[in-house]
Amino acid sequence: MKAFTYERATSAKDAAAKAAAHKGAKFVAGGTNLLDLMKLEVETPTHLIDVNHLGLDKIEDTPDGGLRIGTQVRNSDLAADPRVRQRYGVLSRALLSGASGQLRNKATTGGNLLQRTRCYYFYDTTKPCNKREPGSGCSAIDGYNRILAVVGTSSKCIATHPSDMAVAMRALDATIETVSSDGETRAIPIADFHRLPGATPQIDTNLRPGEVIASVVLPPPPPGVQIYRKVRDRASYAFALVSVAAVVDHEDGRIRSARLAFGGLAPKPWRVPDAETALAGAPATAASYRAAADLVLQGARGYGSNDFKIPLTRRTLASVLAQAVEG
Amino acid sequence: MSAGESDLEGPTRRAVVAVGVGAAGLVTAGQGSAQPMATVSSPPPTMPVRLNVNGQSHDLTLDSRTTLLDALREHLRLTGSKKGCDHGQCGACTVLVNGRRINSCLTLAAMHPGDEIVTIEGLGDPEHLHPMQTAFLEHDGFQCGYCTPGQICSAVGVLAEAKAGWPSVVTADLTQSPRLDEHEVSERMSGNICRCAAYPNIRAAILQAAGESAA
Repeated sequence: MKAFTYERATSAKDAAAKAAAHKGAKFVAGGTNLLDLMKLEVETPTHLIDVNHLGLDKIEDTPDGGLRIGTQVRNSDLAADPRVRQRYGVLSRALLSGASGQLRNKATTGGNLLQRTRCYYFYDTTKPCNKREPGSGCSAIDGYNRILAVVGTSSKCIATHPSDMAVAMRALDATIETVSSDGETRAIPIADFHRLPGATPQIDTNLRPGEVIASVVLPPPPPGVQIYRKVRDRASYAFALVSVAAVVDHEDGRIRSARLAFGGLAPKPWRVPDAETALAGAPATAASYRAAADLVLQGARGYGSNDFKIPLTRRTLASVLAQAVEG
Repeated sequence: MSAGESDLEGPTRRAVVAVGVGAAGLVTAGQGSAQPMATVSSPPPTMPVRLNVNGQSHDLTLDSRTTLLDALREHLRLTGSKKGCDHGQCGACTVLVNGRRINSCLTLAAMHPGDEIVTIEGLGDPEHLHPMQTAFLEHDGFQCGYCTPGQICSAVGVLAEAKAGWPSVVTADLTQSPRLDEHEVSERMSGNICRCAAYPNIRAAILQAAGESAA
């Protein structure tokens, strides 16, 4: 691990100001991803700003019936919150399907959104990787890419975003509230928060340098059955090969509305509005599910060892929709 | 305690003290104080850290990179917590911080002043075993024993989480308090790897300690 200096921030604005004052600074919250990457020298901050004491560790009801989740709220606390279990089951299940009990006790809401890809080549500093070292090349495209993306990729990068939590939040239309060093606040829809790699895969999100996540706001829960289905190589404690966060409202054999977000497929939580439009009002049949999967996977391409993700996504989506309708 | 005097790492004592004082000023004064900068040629930044471990307070001067696990093992000589993978994948380093189980390898010692840290050494001793230690003995919940301190600390955390009503991903109804069974224990303990595969006995031990029937 490279040497660094360390300090604690006392508020979101203070954290942003401290970041502005230090080139090469990083925020550390739970540390479960950052310290892992620092040990490997994938991340080499010269200064760490501890953001565990910003006073943003509460889950609060919003006036419209939603929730505001402080950035420091631990994944385990968020998953166990009675309001989340009652009204946002898809989020609770997504959180509980991620990582291990120990990691969830440390990992935070803000940190989970900002975790980096688990692409093997991103982690292997002896190999080219455009996300880790811009311009060095992508080892994954022609390499071992079983866990990597099939949609939203570019010729520079096929990394996936590893979060389960963010996939559920994408289906729930969460908004991310931030603070900058000058005190300016922003509310970023989660759809616009993570970036596709394009020509700049080293930039994961649309946060500005030093901008701090203060909270995540969930709108009131949408109507319908909530499901999080995660397909992975082990029954527990493994990243998704494919995951689906679904909120499906149905009546008399027809889908009234469906919100579908996917993990394991793309560099960001993947959601295709056209697929949801096609399902709205459609009969709850295998043909409707296939048509929706076609739209979700429009433009999808495998890179060899991850080709299986395309049919796996179709089957997982069909299974989730059938479960939503049939119980 | 003067365990910090026995630091294994390299910088001269004088350098440690000098930089340590600067870092202390920064932590207490917060915003607006002078900010120490790391450069290639300077000694690694160190800082004073007070850790409360197993009910005892320890004042250490640590390289800022020191993980909680390394502070426990290398500075406080509490070698019960094990370094397996050092990347949060195996769970051998699991300790309890403010009653919650965490991977001590993935957190910095400097991030835990004021926290109540309990390691396997603090759970019990040969004359006064913790009920979870007794259960592991009675059920042969180990073979080589390397993962065992982490398994036991994790299991103690699992019981606290279940008592608090926390669900797991295999809990059928999220709105109900879960009842621990083999399936629940397996899921909740998935962050602790046992290369000897003593899992059936580990599950039995945890269920005994939980006061539940494994049948």
